[in-house]
Amino acid sequence: MLNFMENIPELPLASLVSDFTDWISDTFVFLFDPLKNEFADGLESFADVLAAVPPPIVILIVAVLAFFISGKRFGLAAFSLIGLLLVWNQGLWEELMLSFTLVLVASILSIIIGVPIGILMSKSKTAEGIITPILDFMQTMPAFVYLIPAVAFFSIGMVPGIFASLIFATPPTVRFTNLGIRQVSKELVEASEAFGSTGSQKLFKVELPMAKPTIMAGINQTVMLSLSMVVIASMIGAPGLGREVLSSLQRADVGTGFVAGLGIVILAIIIDRFTQSFTGQKRARS
Amino acid sequence: MSIIEVEGLSKVFGKNTKQALKLLGEGKTKEEILKLTGSTVGVNRASFSVEEGEIFVIMGLSGSGKSTLVRLLNRLIDPTEGKVYIDGENLAAMNKKDLRRVRRTKMSMVFQNFALFPYLTVLDNAAYGLEIQGVDKAERHKKAKESLEMVGLGGYIEQVPSQLSGGMQQRVGLARALANDPEVMLMDEAFSALDPLIRKEMQDELLDLQETMKKTIIFITHDLDEALRIGDKIALMKDGSIVQVGTPEEILVNPANDYVKKFVQDVDRSKVLTAFNIMKRPETINIDKHGPRVALERMKEEGISSIYVTDGKRNLKGYVTADDASVAFKAEVKSLVNILKTDAPTVTKDTLMNAIFEISHNSPVPIPVVEDGKLLGIIVRGAVISALAGQSEVNRNYA
Repeated sequence: MLNFMENIPELPLASLVSDFTDWISDTFVFLFDPLKNEFADGLESFADVLAAVPPPIVILIVAVLAFFISGKRFGLAAFSLIGLLLVWNQGLWEELMLSFTLVLVASILSIIIGVPIGILMSKSKTAEGIITPILDFMQTMPAFVYLIPAVAFFSIGMVPGIFASLIFATPPTVRFTNLGIRQVSKELVEASEAFGSTGSQKLFKVELPMAKPTIMAGINQTVMLSLSMVVIASMIGAPGLGREVLSSLQRADVGTGFVAGLGIVILAIIIDRFTQSFTGQKRARS
Repeated sequence: MSIIEVEGLSKVFGKNTKQALKLLGEGKTKEEILKLTGSTVGVNRASFSVEEGEIFVIMGLSGSGKSTLVRLLNRLIDPTEGKVYIDGENLAAMNKKDLRRVRRTKMSMVFQNFALFPYLTVLDNAAYGLEIQGVDKAERHKKAKESLEMVGLGGYIEQVPSQLSGGMQQRVGLARALANDPEVMLMDEAFSALDPLIRKEMQDELLDLQETMKKTIIFITHDLDEALRIGDKIALMKDGSIVQVGTPEEILVNPANDYVKKFVQDVDRSKVLTAFNIMKRPETINIDKHGPRVALERMKEEGISSIYVTDGKRNLKGYVTADDASVAFKAEVKSLVNILKTDAPTVTKDTLMNAIFEISHNSPVPIPVVEDGKLLGIIVRGAVISALAGQSEVNRNYA
């Protein structure tokens, strides 16, 4: 009875995907090559510039910013000061800057891509119906899988790391942007329309300002997710704190692994509080 | 001239709009159509016209379609069928660009829950309508400030809406609607979210503003007292249809059907009925022709103890009492002039019942209703009380 499965040949799904990936990397080579060369160079030099600034200056700036951002309280400022000093002390400063570059660039790209897609979703039921399952797919597929096509397209280094991180980290921004705009009170949208707003006036003067706290929450999630890709992306040669973690894993070096991991935690907490403070401020005002 | 002309305006929510419209035409009810087609009738072939400078109230219970109707008027909701003429232009058939022009220049809207932008100051909220028209900052702030001053919020321009009370927030909503100087203002349950005292205050203020502005206002409410208080005309809605359109008096005094009758039976009639509705034809005598003897005879015939005296042109001269007339008669005085009393308080035909009630309580004689010095009728105390109780037939031939 159950033998019928034997009569159906195994579908060549894996080879189809492989072929498709090959096709993409061959066809868009004109796009990928400059990305993996010039873009990679740009990223490296950006990280170099960051690393070239004397660490005390960076640490001081971050601490002062933290003080003002957290509403003139000392908690976050003190944490930033001590945490960053510790990273510096452990000789991981350059790695920290590399990881930060990766997170920063990946997050900015995620936002640039994610917010417009979210707006599109909020405006069209069809778009929402198509994009939502794609987002589900992107988020539930194990992040390691993205590393494979990333290498195929961009070989190894920071660029494929950013690519994998983009796929993994963009969905929250898209979802929250969509949600934020859809949650804007109907009366406010009506008010905007009743006074003769055009579509873009409605979007920029009412919907986006109203959705801002929600969108910021999504962006915060995106930033955190791209940070979590720092370690995973190190498997395809992305430099930074993740690479330290990975190499100590390979050498079963608990101590070094812990220190590098701690560096990531410190970076994560600082970035999280910084991005959250933008959300919080807007909420308090509205 | 009518500024707004609505013809056969319908809105059906759902898929089978065409079929639903056809069924509506066959006279099926809202429930039947919902069962047959799955579509909900929001507004059913509404037709009415609104005159310039008028406060036109659309009243109905929740679900009666009044909020849908007002949104059809500025096409926040697209009509399924019918025409909406504003200044002769059919809004229902307009392209987007023309529609925006009409919304920007001719009509504005005030919302139930104020719909203020929380991230903008009061001033920028009021200036919103001008901002999206591209009016430069100085100019739009100047105009917004003027309209905020008109509603008594001149001192709050730098606040954000959340710092204001509900009544003040709605004033901002009103100022925002006034700032781009529209011809028509749509007010959707504008005062319903306010507590009763503030609501009354806002109603008064709206009426005061209306004295000077003379805008055309379409006001949606579920509150009959509010409708009667501010409406020049009232359209009563039920299940998406307009049941009756008329002045507050017409609605009260001459309800079109049982639904309206039921609706209005609890109303505080003293605030609506006027002297004209309850006065009756007066017994009078002519000061030039008649003397105390005729006066006495008339009073005896009618079983009354005083009688009003007019001249040949029905100008009110005063009244004489039976006691005075009989004294004068015995003293063989021929003229009424010496016993004429003029201390009766008078009212006009538009005086409201609650005011008449006060007067009639202190007056020894029936109250004369006077217009331009002429006696139109009299009001006896019993008529006031029975009209308040809603028991008596009231005059239906209003002017």
